[in-house]
Amino acid sequence: MAFALKAAASTAGSASLAASTAGSASLAAAGPRRGAAPAAGRVSFRGAAAGPGVAVRAAAAAVAQDKRSISGTFAELREQGKTALVPFITAGDPDLATTAKALKILDACGSDVIELGVPYSDPLADGPVIQASATRALAKGTTFEDVISMVKEVIPELSCPVSLFTYYNPILKRGIPNFMTIVKEAGLHGLVVPDVPLEETDILRSEAAKNNLELVLLTTPTTPNERMEKIAQASEGFIYLVSTVGVTGTRANVSNKVQSLLQDIKKVTEKPVAVGFGVSTAEHVKQIAGWGADGVIVGSAMVRLLGESASPEEGLKKLEELAKNLKAALE
Amino acid sequence: MAAAIGSPSRAAASAPSRAAAGTAPSRAVLRVASAGPSPRRRGAVAAAAMQPAKAVAAEASTAAAELNGAAVAGMARPDAMGRFGKFGGKYVPETLMHALTELESAFHALATDEEFQKELDGILKDYVGRESPLYFAERLTEHYKRADGTGPLIYLKREDLNHTGAHKINNAVAQALLAKRLGKQRIIAETGAGQHGVATATVCARFGLQCIIYMGAQDMERQALNVFRMRLLGAEVRPVHSGTATLKDATSEAIRDWVTNVETTHYILGSVAGPHPYPMMVREFHKVIGQETRRQAMDKWGGKPDVLVACVGGGSNAMGLFHEFVDDQDVRLIGVEAAGHGVDTDKHAATLTKGEVGVLHGSMSYLLQDDDGQVIEPHSISAGLDYPGVGPEHSFLKDIGRAEYDSVTDQEALDAFKRVSRLEGIIPALETSHALAYLEKLCPTLPDGVRVVVNCSGRGDKDVHTASKYLEV
Repeated sequence: MAFALKAAASTAGSASLAASTAGSASLAAAGPRRGAAPAAGRVSFRGAAAGPGVAVRAAAAAVAQDKRSISGTFAELREQGKTALVPFITAGDPDLATTAKALKILDACGSDVIELGVPYSDPLADGPVIQASATRALAKGTTFEDVISMVKEVIPELSCPVSLFTYYNPILKRGIPNFMTIVKEAGLHGLVVPDVPLEETDILRSEAAKNNLELVLLTTPTTPNERMEKIAQASEGFIYLVSTVGVTGTRANVSNKVQSLLQDIKKVTEKPVAVGFGVSTAEHVKQIAGWGADGVIVGSAMVRLLGESASPEEGLKKLEELAKNLKAALE
Repeated sequence: MAAAIGSPSRAAASAPSRAAAGTAPSRAVLRVASAGPSPRRRGAVAAAAMQPAKAVAAEASTAAAELNGAAVAGMARPDAMGRFGKFGGKYVPETLMHALTELESAFHALATDEEFQKELDGILKDYVGRESPLYFAERLTEHYKRADGTGPLIYLKREDLNHTGAHKINNAVAQALLAKRLGKQRIIAETGAGQHGVATATVCARFGLQCIIYMGAQDMERQALNVFRMRLLGAEVRPVHSGTATLKDATSEAIRDWVTNVETTHYILGSVAGPHPYPMMVREFHKVIGQETRRQAMDKWGGKPDVLVACVGGGSNAMGLFHEFVDDQDVRLIGVEAAGHGVDTDKHAATLTKGEVGVLHGSMSYLLQDDDGQVIEPHSISAGLDYPGVGPEHSFLKDIGRAEYDSVTDQEALDAFKRVSRLEGIIPALETSHALAYLEKLCPTLPDGVRVVVNCSGRGDKDVHTASKYLEV
C-alpha cells in the first residue's frame, strides 16, 4: 500500500509537471532525492506491500496532484489488514533542516501518516520530553512561518500524508480561516489540536473541511461512553485513542484497558482508531496491533532520539533504526 | 452568613436593588466620568455614563457597546458553555473534560446543600476570621484632600486580616470542602507569590488532605519564606523548571498533574482563571467580599460605595469585590494591572491593557502573546500579578465597558507600599499596593465626598524582603 502511495505521488509528480502551478519544481526534484534516501531497505519493504491498489491510485493521482488523505490511507491499510505506523516529531528540534530530513526518513521507512508538532510555549498535554523539545525549538527561533516553509518544500517529496499537531493559541492568533488556508497550501492533510475538546471544535471542523483538512479528535480512558461516541462521530481521518490517563511520554507498559477501550470504540464506529501516548517500543506496537487498533502513534521516543542525540546525524540514524524496527513489528 | 455560594449566574441580580441609594456625590462622579462618550454610548442610559472616557475604549466593538452595562443584569454569567460573552470556555485536554463536568455538578449541588453551607460558613467565621472589616482610612483620605479641603473618602476592605494574610483563603477553604465531598484526598495547586500555595497548604493541613504545590523554580527563590511556610504546613513543594520557571509554568505543570491523577486528585486553582467551571466557582467563593462590603457600607453610611478599586493579576480579589456590584450601574469598577517597567516596555503584566484575545490554561481571554501566538513571559515586581493571562470575566467586563482597567508601574506600587505603611500602619502586599497606587491617579479626578473602597487583598509581610532591595526607609 505504502508503495502504491509512493508510486501515486511520483506519477502525480511527472503528470503534473506540465499543468501544475505550485510545487512542480520540488516534485521534479523528488526522484533524485529519493534515490539518495536509504533506498535499498525501503524499496523491497515497500515492494512487498504493493497490491492491486497501485493502478487505481496511480490513475487517480494522475487526475489530481494530491490524492493522499489520512482517512484514505487508513482505508487502504485496512483492506490489506495492516496497522498504520504514525510517528510524531517536533518541528525545529534540533533544527528545521533536521526535521526536513527526519520527515523523509520516516516516510522512507514506511510511516503511514506523520504527525508534525508545532512547538508551543505552553504545551499542556505534553510530558517532559516533548515540552523540552518544544522549548529547544523555540529557543532556536523556530516560528510557525518557518515550519510552514519547510513543510511546503518537503511534503511533495513524501508519499504519506502529514498531519499538523498544534495547540489552539497559534491557530487563533492567525484567525482560524486564515490558518486553515495556510496549512492547506503547505500541503498538509490533517490537524490535531490537543487542547480543543469536542464542544469547541465546530468552527475548527467547518473551516478545516473547507480546506479538505481532516480534524482528528481525541478520546481518552476518562471519556464516558456516550461522549466517546460523539467524538467518534465527529472525528475525521482517524480517532486518536489516548492510551493512558496522563500526558505524552514513554511508559514501561501499555495499559490492558486499551483493549477494552478499542472494543468500545469499534462498537460505535467503523472509523479507524490509532492509539497514542506512552507507546514507544516494538512490543508495544505489536501488542496494540494485536488488540485490533488501526494505527499506533509514537511520539516521545522519536522526539528524544532526535533532540537528545549528540549530533543531528546521529539522531537521524537512530530515528531510522527505531522507525524500521517499529514498522517491522507491524508487518 | 453571606458566604452562600448560591445560584452563581444571577446572584448579583437577585440582590436587593439599592439604586436609590446613589447619593449626590455619586451622581457627581457620573458626570465627571461621562466626559466624551460616543453618541451610541450616550444612548445606553446610565451604563455608559458610569464610565470615564478612558474606559469607553475606542476599540470596543459595536456589538459590545450595545451589550453595555444595563444589559448585563439579565444575562447568565457564565452561560451554559461556561462563557462570558466570547471569553471563558473549556480548552483542555480531553482527559480532563469529565472531571470538569463532575466538578461543575458538584459545585451546583453544594450551592443548595444546607449542611455544606453551614460547614463553610462556620469555617469562614471561626477559622478564616470573617467578616473582614471595612476600614475608613482616615490619613490616606487626608492625604488625597485638595487644597480647598475637598476630596474622596477612602475605605479599605481588610482581606489582609484573613487567616494566612490574604483573600486567597476564601477560595481555598471552600474548594477543600468541595474536594472532600468529591471523595478526593489528594490536592494540587499552583502558586506564584506563594500566597495561594500557603492558603492551600493551610486548608489541607486543616482537613487532613495530601497537598502538592507546583511553584516555578525562579519564584521559589524569590519567595523562599513562603516555600518554608508551605513545607512547615506539611505540603510538598515541587519546583517547576520548564519554560520560564514562573507562575504560568507552575500552572501548566499543575494541569499536567491533574491530567495524570484526575481520578484521585482535586486541583485547587487559585484564581478566576482556567477552564469552566473555575472562573465561576472561584468568583462565587470570593463574592463574600463584595457582599460584606455592601452590607458594611449600608451600616456605615446608608448607601453604596461609589468606586471600587482592586488589583488584577488573574483577578480573583477584584471579581470577589466587583461581582456583587456588577448590576449596580452607579458603582464604578476599576481593576489595576501591573505595568512593571511600563506598558510600553517588554517588561509588564498588563494583560487587559496590552494583550490580545487568546487561549491559555483552559480559557479564552486576553493574553500577552507574541506575533507567533507564543505566550510572553510577563514581568511584575509582584509575583502574584506576574501572569500573562487574566480571568475571562474581566475580559468580558472590559469589552462591554462595565469595568475599567488601568495599570501602575513597579515603582508606583513600591511608593504606595511605603505610603500606606506610613500613613495607615498597614503594610499592604505588593499586589495590593498596585490598587493603592492607583489612588494617585484616581483621587484628583473625584469630587468631594465620593466613597472609594479599595480591596486591601493581602498583607505585605511576605514582600518585605523584596521591597527592602528597592526602598530606602
